[in-house]
Amino acid sequence: MPRFLSSRPDSRLIPLPWGTPLAEWPTEHLVALPRGLSRHVVRFIRVGESVYAAKEIVEPVALHEYRLLQDLTRLGTPAVEPLAVVTQRHRADGRELESVLITRHLQFSLPYRSLFSVGVRQDTVSRLVDAMVVLLARLHLIGFMWRDVSLSNILFRRDAGEFAAYLVDAETGEMHADLTTGQREHDLSIAVTNLFGDFSDLQAGGMLDPSLDPLQLVETIETRYRELWSELTGVEEFPERELDRIEGRVRRLNALGFDVAELDISTAGKTIRIQPKVVDAGHHSRRLMRLTGLDTEENQARRLLNDLDTYRARNNLQGTDEAVAAHQWLATSFEPVVNAIPKDLMGKRDPAQIYHEVLDYRWYQSQRERREVPLTEAVHGYIDDVLTSLPDEELSADSVTLIQPDDAQALVNPYDPSQGYVDDEETPYDPWEDDAGENATEPAVLDLDTLRRLRGPKN
Amino acid sequence: MATISFRDATRVYPGADRPAVDKLNLEIGDGEFMVLVGPSGCGKTTSLRMLAGLEEVNSGSIWIGDRDVTHLPPKDRDIAMVFQNYALYPHMTVADNMGFALKMQNVPKDERERRVAAAADLLGLKDFLARKPKALSGGQRQRVAMGRAIVREPQVFLMDEPLSNLDAKLRVQTRTQIASLQNKLGVTTVYVTHDQVEAMTMGNRVAVLKDGLLQQVDTPMALYDKPVNVFVAGFIGSPAMNLLTGTVTEGGVRVGDYVVPVPRDTLAKAGDETTLIIGIRPENFTIADDGISLEVSVVEETGADGYVYGTLVGDEQADGTAGQQLVARVSTRQSPQMGSVVKLAARDADAVHVFSEKTQNRL
Repeated sequence: MPRFLSSRPDSRLIPLPWGTPLAEWPTEHLVALPRGLSRHVVRFIRVGESVYAAKEIVEPVALHEYRLLQDLTRLGTPAVEPLAVVTQRHRADGRELESVLITRHLQFSLPYRSLFSVGVRQDTVSRLVDAMVVLLARLHLIGFMWRDVSLSNILFRRDAGEFAAYLVDAETGEMHADLTTGQREHDLSIAVTNLFGDFSDLQAGGMLDPSLDPLQLVETIETRYRELWSELTGVEEFPERELDRIEGRVRRLNALGFDVAELDISTAGKTIRIQPKVVDAGHHSRRLMRLTGLDTEENQARRLLNDLDTYRARNNLQGTDEAVAAHQWLATSFEPVVNAIPKDLMGKRDPAQIYHEVLDYRWYQSQRERREVPLTEAVHGYIDDVLTSLPDEELSADSVTLIQPDDAQALVNPYDPSQGYVDDEETPYDPWEDDAGENATEPAVLDLDTLRRLRGPKN
Repeated sequence: MATISFRDATRVYPGADRPAVDKLNLEIGDGEFMVLVGPSGCGKTTSLRMLAGLEEVNSGSIWIGDRDVTHLPPKDRDIAMVFQNYALYPHMTVADNMGFALKMQNVPKDERERRVAAAADLLGLKDFLARKPKALSGGQRQRVAMGRAIVREPQVFLMDEPLSNLDAKLRVQTRTQIASLQNKLGVTTVYVTHDQVEAMTMGNRVAVLKDGLLQQVDTPMALYDKPVNVFVAGFIGSPAMNLLTGTVTEGGVRVGDYVVPVPRDTLAKAGDETTLIIGIRPENFTIADDGISLEVSVVEETGADGYVYGTLVGDEQADGTAGQQLVARVSTRQSPQMGSVVKLAARDADAVHVFSEKTQNRL
């Protein structure tokens, strides 16, 4: 009988065919959602309305990743949420199967393959790059060394006009109290190499905008990471008369979406030296959450907060307590827009994203018609002109079409893009595979005879 | 190609009460395959990462060839960390999958092609170079991953538990391939593992660490034959060496009602210690007329040989050695009954290892 380790068990998972290798699961349990490449067998499994990602992997690694993802979730880092590890799996004939790590599918998430398969504009790629850089820096701030940054290991979510990046794969990750410069540099160099490979692959598959160059892209990532890191943690020294630079630094960090929890300020003679010691991401989303209870991405929060400020100005509420004004805004602006969206279109975008897009829509319409278009009018225009024609981004079984756009090659296995694309070539003979046969097993004992046998003539 | 030298290299984590790596002195020869092994927390990974530049060296130094690299950034050390966590890119050929990182480093095309061809030759992947990686087996994918490191032609390969996320079959297969490739390439390699089978079958030499301290560095055979202390004796070999406490007596060490013969000059090294530890590997026992009395509790047959597990019989009051657990390999033809008492003697004098109880070191 398989064993389930879970902090939030979902009993519907228990009757699933755990005695069958994931690769052989009946398709009735599976959903072919777009996703990145993986070394292991990964499948999206569906139970009732919920969709989970399941990865087959050796037990110690599964447990390690489960615990790391729990830590990351607890620390509020953008990462997929772990649900369970299934161990002690056996086939009907008693043969052992690897463990399975189960994570919750991230709603409204977009793996890069689905973003790129439809052709991506240059500025979109630039935003994706920014999102990745922010994710890497946030992970490094909490002492997480990823050791396997790649496009396949990241999910993107729309975040107003930007993207928010989420960590999907923590298999090789490690949590430290602090990262040394060497560890960060190492992580960055893995990221740069992997991403260069990812972009080159997209290029080879005709999925990268021809104006983009993989080398330039990874150079941008390196530069932006260093700039962000130095803004987040760097020492700044200035003369005493420029004291406003302290506030300037805090404001710059806020603008980047970070709160400064501890700023180290020291003086030596007439020189001031400042260095942020503890910075937390989520400056705007925390503020919006506090005011309205809305849980959004950082840039969505920034946009909504801006709208809230405008709302206060327009309705003469500057003197009113911010929380009271926020409550009114929620009831008279945000909720009517979201409630106006027909139920069958709610799967296209999450509510905060819809609100952001309605604001954009209203602005363009107002410019065009040289009048101030009311929100209620704009939302209907948005539904008819924009939302209806958008693809569903909440998962659904139909999303399988996203994996294979019309002009793309067919995947060998729609449930597993890692197996590559169909072609007619025959596999060449490989003598190395002959002696890699079934007799490759661990020795039961390690004594002198075994040692001699395994080491062969090099004794 | 290069030698590696750890000179009193020490790493202390902030707030820790003892060093993670304590004055490590280790000389690794040019082209040598050195394995660092030990239980979790022994300092093996930290040592490797100090060499890679991922961990600070708080005191002492690390040299690659004649360069002191102690404070060099990782990228300037001319080392390659080999990963088995790889992605194979479906739209790129196997050749591009192996050589793409060189392109990023602006290595000219001719040179890239030369290196990829040479690596493919070595890895038996020549016929696959122009293909997409679509239908590659697990083993072939591992070879492509190794190819990525090989084409970089570094002075040193570093491998940090590279096989830990592979299933048993692929692990055994890849282990053999890494060892043979390293042998052909002759690039100095440092390999970290917690798995003694990996350590003992792959390395030219093996360094055993515990609690941040280097215990012994030697060839696998020497580690097996002459462990320097009780820890190494018990760590290497499976089932583990029997370590029995006994009392010094005329001609040897008394264990239960039997005196294990120990040469006079070995006993002399014990000084005034009266209690010693006797180590005998399971396969070095033989059933004899006179020997250590073992009450058999389990017999495990594994083919021509079997393992007998049991408890040492003796006068508990007299010497306190009774009740110790013991395992011995015996021929299945001689296989004793459960519950019976058999007498076990060491095969020969070399099979008996003697350690000080006080220092735990070999006498």
